Amino acid sequence: MKPQPPTPRPRPMRDALLERIAEAMDHDPALFFVSADFGSPVLDRIRARHPDRFVNVGIAEQNLINVSAGLALEGYTVFAYAIAPFLTMRCFEQIRVSLALLSTVRPMNVNLVGVGAGFSYVVSGPTHQCYEDLTLMRALPNMTVYSPADHATAAGLFDACVDRSGPKYLRLDAQPLPPLHPEAAPLPPGGFYTLRPGRDLCFVATGYMVHTALRVADRLEAEGIAAAVVDLFDLSGFDAAALCARMSASRAVVSLEEGFRGRGGLDALLFDLRARHALTQPMLNLGVEGGYRFELGSRQELHEQVSIGEQAVTARVRAFVGDRQQD
Amino acid sequence: MPEPAPTPDLVAALVAKAHHVWRETLRIHRRAPETRLASSLSAVEIFVTLYYGGLVRTNPANPFDPERDRCIISKGHGSICMYPILADLGFFPAAELERVCQAGSFLGGIPDPVIPGYETVNGSLGHGLGVGAGIALALSRKASTRSVFVVCGDGELHEGANWEAAMFASQHRLDHLNLIVDDNRISMLGRTDDIVTLSPLRDRLASFGWDCVEVDGHDVAALLAALRDLKARHAGQPKALIARTLKGRGVPGLEDMPLSHVMNPPPAQIDAILAAPEGGGDA
Repeated sequence: MKPQPPTPRPRPMRDALLERIAEAMDHDPALFFVSADFGSPVLDRIRARHPDRFVNVGIAEQNLINVSAGLALEGYTVFAYAIAPFLTMRCFEQIRVSLALLSTVRPMNVNLVGVGAGFSYVVSGPTHQCYEDLTLMRALPNMTVYSPADHATAAGLFDACVDRSGPKYLRLDAQPLPPLHPEAAPLPPGGFYTLRPGRDLCFVATGYMVHTALRVADRLEAEGIAAAVVDLFDLSGFDAAALCARMSASRAVVSLEEGFRGRGGLDALLFDLRARHALTQPMLNLGVEGGYRFELGSRQELHEQVSIGEQAVTARVRAFVGDRQQD
Repeated sequence: MPEPAPTPDLVAALVAKAHHVWRETLRIHRRAPETRLASSLSAVEIFVTLYYGGLVRTNPANPFDPERDRCIISKGHGSICMYPILADLGFFPAAELERVCQAGSFLGGIPDPVIPGYETVNGSLGHGLGVGAGIALALSRKASTRSVFVVCGDGELHEGANWEAAMFASQHRLDHLNLIVDDNRISMLGRTDDIVTLSPLRDRLASFGWDCVEVDGHDVAALLAALRDLKARHAGQPKALIARTLKGRGVPGLEDMPLSHVMNPPPAQIDAILAAPEGGGDA
């Protein structure tokens, strides 16, 4: 990819990743793109230039996975593309059997690219929103799980998709988000960025919630609370020792995810990490609370309703830090 | 492996091989009653014809030889009869057949692709056709002339993913893809016609764009002729052979019984069959 100057404008993650794929497909005949009737303007370029290696299976996610598995068994590096909840839940058993199980004994490279993390399909309601996918994909022991927070990270993940064998899930936001990281820079090998330091607490956030964590950290800073912010984009292959060191540099840890709280997502990952490494700081876990909802509102309003909005998080963290200070 | 001519000698050899495989399958089940016997016996002639009739090209010394034909055994648990076939072809030592379902063996109650000669995971039903379609698409893009065979049971066609794959295969004119349905008309809790009928299966597949034939799945000569014709046809359509079979074939009390899937013949009955000079059955 040609180096490009940083662009400050918000961009959809999928555009950045699909541009990398489209460019690579021009010279790498081993790449194959399979869509479950889901598109984007950048995808049109792939369809037009590589009709032999682009297939739309229709609204058929089960077949999306099995066809992708077949292509991968024959040596193709496959990108399978669909709306995130349908890609991870409609065909979970195909993912388990034909990707996770089969790739244990046969070399395969299938990259599941799911668009629509959390509430990012804001007005489409809970069918199109996705709060369970991190839990489900994490449940598969050999599934690589990526959850970028901006388009630069999403684009950078392309290299890992091609270079690393095995099944992978990329959880992409559907909305354009402001850039957090320089474009075309290599991703940090530890699987996370530290966006700001802070000795009082350390936010470990993923995806869109990294942006929320940054805003909350600004608010808390004005109140004299120094909050670090970690953008954890690799939920399976991160450097555990480095992340533990980062977390231990703060007095407390706050996990923040756009998924159901306490159901096996980022919070479970951190609980396990904490237990394995005998970390002792207190931890607050924030995620979607209150179950399924059908209310309409802006993403920020919806987030406030389920306890992950900027105000809700600020209040919860403030109370958490205050409680700790009284101890 | 050059294809032997379909001579009467070949048919006779296949009949003898099927008889041997039928007996070996009973023998395995006698030692490992966890294996599914009835659904494995309905497919004996299908697999024998595919693997000894010059249809599935294999390379036991290199099971993933790119020049092999791909055979996806979608009716996973109903393919215990493949164990003696794969051992006989040299995929693994015949001594392994003594250890089915034992600790340390790779031959389980349900076959998995840790077994040399098995391509994919099929303990869960209804995945083979979609994966096979993906393989066939890949081979067509690489201009390979190798064939893909998928062997499934009729019961597993209740899984909707098969029909997603069936539409896909005809849309993409995957004419190196061959589906063989072991149409024994019985799934676990009874006859498929009493559960959710798949009839008329041939018409249904044809309406999905498949080129279909139907034969007696225990008639080796008919299977051989039909499969050779099917494999050679490349007319822009995926192809299906519906093999009319009997579940538990050849075992009195088991054959075509609605609950045969979960029935185990008494060990003494199997011993008696295996002790008989001609070994029972008429496979």
